[in-house]
Amino acid sequence: MALQEKYQALVDAANAAGVSNLAVREQDGVLYIDGAAPSGAVKDQLWDIYNQIDPNYASGDLILNVNANAEIGSQVKVITQDSNLNIRKGPGTDQPIVGKAAKDEVITLVSKANDLWWSVRTNDGEEGYAYAQYLEPIA
Amino acid sequence: MKRILALIAIVAFTFALPSCKGKSDADLKTAAEAALQSNPDLTTVMVDVKDAVATISGEVKDPATQSAAESAVKSVEGIKSVENLTSPAPPPLPVAPVTISADDSLTTAVTDAIKDHPTVSASVAGGIVTLTGEISKDDLKVLMQKVQATKPKKVDSKGLTVK
Repeated sequence: MALQEKYQALVDAANAAGVSNLAVREQDGVLYIDGAAPSGAVKDQLWDIYNQIDPNYASGDLILNVNANAEIGSQVKVITQDSNLNIRKGPGTDQPIVGKAAKDEVITLVSKANDLWWSVRTNDGEEGYAYAQYLEPIA
Repeated sequence: MKRILALIAIVAFTFALPSCKGKSDADLKTAAEAALQSNPDLTTVMVDVKDAVATISGEVKDPATQSAAESAVKSVEGIKSVENLTSPAPPPLPVAPVTISADDSLTTAVTDAIKDHPTVSASVAGGIVTLTGEISKDDLKVLMQKVQATKPKKVDSKGLTVK
């Protein structure tokens, strides 16, 4: 329970920001927080609170897996730091690159192969798999 | 004179009788509320009384508490019957268990996650992802977001130097 108290401000913020399917569990000295954030901004806000409570995320006592919820068929924005986003033939960095999407480009989410890799289509019609952490829903 | 007084007494008694026998709806409501408030499980129940018929509503914890609310109000003297519109609270949603990726799929996922951070290395053992190397403070958040999304058991970043 001690970890829940340590990260209570984070859980409170997630509730206040409307994170859905929020699950908070403590197991073997690690707190696991999962859920779906209404936007990428909410996800970032939670990570900033995480960093305030645990500077540099260094304690290793929290797994925060709250990602922005994007609907199938909706438009998503590429949020790479500065490079292009690789679009690959299959879900994995070992898969050949079949296309690229620029930072801030808006592309279509076709389906979710899994939590980490989403199938996408660019406006040029390039289709393949992209790393989900580099995509966020358009508010 | 005595007869007149007796007559007045009889008349007064006759008129007084109904108000003594049947309390007003407002009085019954107050009494029913008091009966409900005396049980901590029933404080959420609302009651309304019309023509000595009570209607109770609101959410209570379970079906047994619904019956208890009905009995409590029925026991109030003067209540003819109770219409029970209370509802039991929905069962709490089960908390999803923690999902931890198996080491082989975790290794693949972590390789993908650190791909854009060439100064960072990662190893996976027993669900624990150990990060080493160095990273800028700006990139750390992105790295950690990606690594924690791979569903590890724990992320050990003590060997990671933040510049």
